[in-house]
Amino acid sequence: MGPDDLTKTFVRKGIGVSPGIVIGKAYLFDRLDTQVPFYKLSDPGLIDEEIQRFRRALGESERQLLELKGKLSDVDGGMDPQYIIDVHVMILRDQKFIDRTIQNIREMSVNAEWAVRITVEKYRELFDRMDDDYLRGRISDIQYAEQRIVANLVGKKRAALDMGEKVVMIAADLSPADTAQMKIDRVLGFATDIGGKTSHTAIVARSLAIPAVVGLENITRSVRTNDDIIVDGTAGVVIVHPDPEVRRRYEDKKRLYEEAEDDLLDYARLPAVTKDNYSVEIGGNIEFIEEIPSAIAHGADGIGLYRTEFLYINREELPSEEDHLVNYRSVVGVKGLAWATIRTFDLGGDKFFKDQKHCRELNPQLGLRAIRFCLKEVDLFKIQLRAILRVSAKGKIRVMFPMISGIEEIREAKRIFAEVRDELLAKGESIGKDIEIGVMIEVPSAVIVAEELAKEVDFFSIGTNDLIQYVLAIDRINERVTYLYEPLHPAVLRLIKHVVEVGHRSGIRVAMCGEMAGEPAYTMILLGLELDELSMNPLAIPRVKKIIRGSTLKESKALLNKVMTLASAQEIRTYVEAAMQKRFPEEFQANGQ
Amino acid sequence: MVEKKTFEITNQLGVHARVAAKLVETANRFQAEVFLEKDGVEVDGRSILGILTLVCPRGSRLTVRTEGVDAGEAMAAFSRLIEDKFGEK
Repeated sequence: MGPDDLTKTFVRKGIGVSPGIVIGKAYLFDRLDTQVPFYKLSDPGLIDEEIQRFRRALGESERQLLELKGKLSDVDGGMDPQYIIDVHVMILRDQKFIDRTIQNIREMSVNAEWAVRITVEKYRELFDRMDDDYLRGRISDIQYAEQRIVANLVGKKRAALDMGEKVVMIAADLSPADTAQMKIDRVLGFATDIGGKTSHTAIVARSLAIPAVVGLENITRSVRTNDDIIVDGTAGVVIVHPDPEVRRRYEDKKRLYEEAEDDLLDYARLPAVTKDNYSVEIGGNIEFIEEIPSAIAHGADGIGLYRTEFLYINREELPSEEDHLVNYRSVVGVKGLAWATIRTFDLGGDKFFKDQKHCRELNPQLGLRAIRFCLKEVDLFKIQLRAILRVSAKGKIRVMFPMISGIEEIREAKRIFAEVRDELLAKGESIGKDIEIGVMIEVPSAVIVAEELAKEVDFFSIGTNDLIQYVLAIDRINERVTYLYEPLHPAVLRLIKHVVEVGHRSGIRVAMCGEMAGEPAYTMILLGLELDELSMNPLAIPRVKKIIRGSTLKESKALLNKVMTLASAQEIRTYVEAAMQKRFPEEFQANGQ
Repeated sequence: MVEKKTFEITNQLGVHARVAAKLVETANRFQAEVFLEKDGVEVDGRSILGILTLVCPRGSRLTVRTEGVDAGEAMAAFSRLIEDKFGEK
C-alpha cells in the first residue's frame, strides 16, 4: 500500500444501533495494552505458588467487577448491563474453568497467564462448534474474563483511559465494564466489529445517547488511532478518512440532525403546499440505501438525488452490474416513494482503485470526471446503465447525468443509454416504459445552452453546489475563498431563474438538488422561482415544508422580484434574512441562524 | 434425597447467557448439588460455562437432578423458573 491508500475514503456498513452523527478522531480501544508473558515454570516447587497467584487474580478480578457493577446505573430497562457483569463474575467463579486452569498449571508447568489462555482456547473450540450464532458469540464473554484475569496477573493497574480530546471509540466489542472505565464524556461514538441491536455496546450507547454502529466485522483492522472518522448511527454507516466534500456534507447532516425537533416531524408527512395551493415536490438526497427509511420518515415524496459514488469508492474492486442492481432494487419502486432519480457516476477517475493510468490531476474539479470520464470509459458506464435499466420495470426512474457542459455530451450519453436499452430488450429483459432522462445543471455553459439541452431531456436538476463554485470561480474547499461562496449572489439567482424559465417554456420539469434546496432561509426565494421539485438532505425536509406551508406563492414571488432588483449578494442576503425573520420569527432567530 | 425431572425449554431465545446466569443463581441458593443434563451430557448446575456448552435452544429437553438435604425445595425452584420461561417470552 502506498501512502495514498492509507488516507483513501472508505465506508463500512454495519448495524446502526444508536442514532445520530459524529465526526471525529478514531481511538482504537485496547483492553489489554500489555504484552502478556508466557513461560514454563522453572521448578515444580513453584506450582503451588503459581496456583495461588491465579486465585488471587480471580479474586481481584471479581472484586473489580463487583465494584464496576455498583457504579453502573440501571439503563435501558430489562437489558441492563449489570447482568453481563454477573455473567462475567460467574465465569470467574466457574469451578470447571478454575479446575481446568489449575490442572494446566500442575500438569504442564506453565505460568498462570498461559494456563488461563489454554483453558479459554479449549472453550473456544467447544463454542466454535455450536450452530447457534448467539451462543458461539459468548466466547467473547469468556475472553473478557480472561483478559480481566490476565490484566491482574500481569499486575498492570487499569487506570481510566486517558484520551485527551473527544474520540470515536473503535473496538472489537465493548463490555459495560469497558465503557464504565472509559471517561465516557470523552467518547463521541462507537464503532465495533461485532454486535447487534441488543449487544452490550448498543445498550450502553443508547443509554448515553451516543451514536453507535456495530457489526462492522473488521473495523478494528481497518482503522488506526487518530484516523478521521464519521459514525452515522442513524444509517449504520462508518466513513473513514472522509474527503473534504464528504466531511462537509456530514457536518450539515449532523447539524440538521441536532436541530431536528420532534414537533417539526409533524410537518414531515404533510404535503408541501403553500397557503395559496401551489405545490412543490420534495425529494430526498441519499448516498446509501440505508438512508431510505429516514427519507420516508422525514417526508420525502421521492428520491431526488441518489449519489451512486459510494458504490465505487467503498471497495477494492469495481462494482459489478449485480452490485449496482442490489442497491438500485432498494431505491426504485419503494413503497412510500413516488420516484427515484439516480445520478450516474460523478467522480474523477482517480477514485478508481488500482487504475494508475488515471493519474492525479492538478485541478480535478475541472478535470476528467463525471460524464466526461464515463464517455471515455464507456464499458464502465454501460455496467451502471445496464443495472439502472434492469431495475426500471420495478418503479419510476429518472436517470440524471452529471456535469453536462454541452449538447454533445448529453447526446452521446443518450446514445449509449439507448444502445444498452436495445441490447437488454433484445435479450428479453423488461424495461420500464416511463424512464425519464435528465441533466444536472451545474456547469455555467449548460445554463447558457439550456434551450438546446431542454430539447434533449425530460428534466433539469440544478446542482447548486457545483454551479455556485463554477460560476463564482471559487474552490469551496479552499478556506481562503469560502467567504465568496454565496448562493444568494445575484448571478446565481439569475442563472437559476433562467434555467427554470427555459425549462418550463420547453415543457420540462426543473428540480433543484443542491444544498441550497434544503436551506429554509432560501425556501421562499425558491418558491418564487417556481421550481417543480426541491430535493435535499432528508433531515432538512420538515423545516422546509413548514416554511412552504406557511407562505404563499404570491408573497414568495414578490420577495423574489424585489431581490432580483438588488445588485449585490450582501444586499440580497440582508434583505432575505430580514424578510424571513419577520415572516417566520420562530424559525429564524435574530442572531443570524 | 434425590430429585430428578425433565423440562422442555419454551422461552423464545432458549438458554442464553442471562438464562444460564439465572440457573446458576438458583443453584447457588441451595445446599443441594445440582446437575443439568441434555442428550446424555451432564454438567454442574453452578457452572455457567457448562450450562452454555449444553446448547439448549427452544424445544430442548433439559433434565435437572438435585441431590442433598434441600433437593426438594431446589427442584421446586427450578420448576418455577423454567416453567415461567425464565421470566421471558
